[in-house]
Amino acid sequence: MAVIEVTGLTKRFKEVEAVKGVDLTVYEGEVFGFLGPNGAGKTTTISMLCTILKPDGGQGHVAGYNLWREKDKVRQNIGLVFQDPTLDRNLTAYENLWFHALIYSIPARERRERIEMVLKMVELYERKDNLVQTFSGGMKRRLEIARGLLHHPKILFLDEPTVGLDPQTRVHIWEYIHKIRKEKGITIFLTTHYMDEAENCDRIAVIDQGKIIALDTPDNLKQMVGNNIVYINSPEAAGIVPFIKEKFNFEAKLVKNQVVVEVKEAETFIPALLQDLPFPVTSVAIKKPTLDDVFLKLTGREIRDELGENHRTPGFSRRRRWR
Amino acid sequence: MAALWAIFYRELIRYWREKIRIITSLVQPAIWLFVMGGGMGAAFNGPGDVSYRTFIFPGIVGMTVLFSAIFSSISIVWDREFGFLKEVLVSPASRESIVLGKALGGATTAVIQGMIILIFAPAVGINLTFSMVVKAFVTMYFIALTMAAFGIVIAARMQSMQGFQFVTNFIVMPLFFLSGAIYPLKGIPGWLAALAAINPLAYGIDLLKHVFLPYHEYSLTTDIAVMAGFCVLFLFLGILLFKKDG
Repeated sequence: MAVIEVTGLTKRFKEVEAVKGVDLTVYEGEVFGFLGPNGAGKTTTISMLCTILKPDGGQGHVAGYNLWREKDKVRQNIGLVFQDPTLDRNLTAYENLWFHALIYSIPARERRERIEMVLKMVELYERKDNLVQTFSGGMKRRLEIARGLLHHPKILFLDEPTVGLDPQTRVHIWEYIHKIRKEKGITIFLTTHYMDEAENCDRIAVIDQGKIIALDTPDNLKQMVGNNIVYINSPEAAGIVPFIKEKFNFEAKLVKNQVVVEVKEAETFIPALLQDLPFPVTSVAIKKPTLDDVFLKLTGREIRDELGENHRTPGFSRRRRWR
Repeated sequence: MAALWAIFYRELIRYWREKIRIITSLVQPAIWLFVMGGGMGAAFNGPGDVSYRTFIFPGIVGMTVLFSAIFSSISIVWDREFGFLKEVLVSPASRESIVLGKALGGATTAVIQGMIILIFAPAVGINLTFSMVVKAFVTMYFIALTMAAFGIVIAARMQSMQGFQFVTNFIVMPLFFLSGAIYPLKGIPGWLAALAAINPLAYGIDLLKHVFLPYHEYSLTTDIAVMAGFCVLFLFLGILLFKKDG
């Protein structure tokens, strides 16, 4: 079942067309990644899906409600975690959640129980009566994730959930995201410009210059760029090359006394090779294509070149100030 | 309703957490009442046969309420800066409850501030009666709500705290000085009188004069009607501005 279904979504800011006709279908229970460099239109698109920005054109439903006519119903059924913190630093963790429970009309008798449950889930229960200003960046992000889940949304939107966090905390946040999906079965829609994180998703849309240029599973996207490369070290390297040619009909090469061969799937190739290989092998290495390679292939640019300055649309600030 | 309560209650929590503000906010009114009031007293020959200190008392109570109410609404700009406003605006909470909750919350803290100033009353020669305190309370709430709503209208389009100085210099101070708080409005030059006549605070402070002094500028009905008009207007405008934001 589709929980997000939009077609022809567009948005322009003065002379800049930030989103040029996005079509998207996201299914219930999936982790959907939105990948692209800064300024590609990620945040603009997610903002339109969350009813924060009004699209200039297109149509669609989010969480089963019309994006134009049923804005409040959409809002009631989505959870949001923004790039920049949106907590009240002068309130405690509990008070921030209490406030959220009220503005999302959670029934009075369920409030305490739900608040305590989400706090325990993100392991902040012990800190519930501490002011948020005493929290670290990672704790704040966890609290925001907890808050985003408090009103039992059908979709949780996470805009760059791990940006600005240290690697350990990033891993931790991902553990929570997977846990939420497993336990609650809710759909997760997230944006990122970290390639390694995008691989955590079930499906990925790659957006560039306001358009979706690819949409598939991380594996399929990677297959698009090509094969795995297998490196084999062996004292008998020279003998392995003709063996591979004969048995698998793959063109292996000898580079610096190392066998290098391109295969479709290294996972199945290596056991098959080793099973019959009459030569000893000292080590095997695999290089798999990353989503970086995908982006490079699709756009001719590396995603990391795009971090920082935005060259294509001068004078346009992607992060519009929110009201 | 729950959303209104949440926004209202948050104002009170935040007010209570800044207890130091409660104490420091007594300093300015005290300076006005005793330093300005004492110094100007000799030169003052005002209406109602009261001393200058007594005369400015309603004005200083009104000033306290005004500052406190407007600045509590301007905190919307802080909320915008620190992101919290986004949490409120992307929620399904009705825009009416957001604006009313904020205005009532700010008004309530402003009235608490104003009530504290009443402890100076005996020192300026006003003998407080119970009915006076009740009337002052109601009047202060009226002023505070109007000014908090006015603050929301200003803050609705303010993007940064840089605008804060502007608000203080071009809005709050003129409102105060043109309100008849520190001089009688009768007999002032025509252009000043014209400005005072369109100043909502002038009517609010006049209501306080009705409460505390044997002197006032306008009739009770005029004061109440004009204030009510401004109050509804500002609340309406505030809600409209927030609705436009989505």
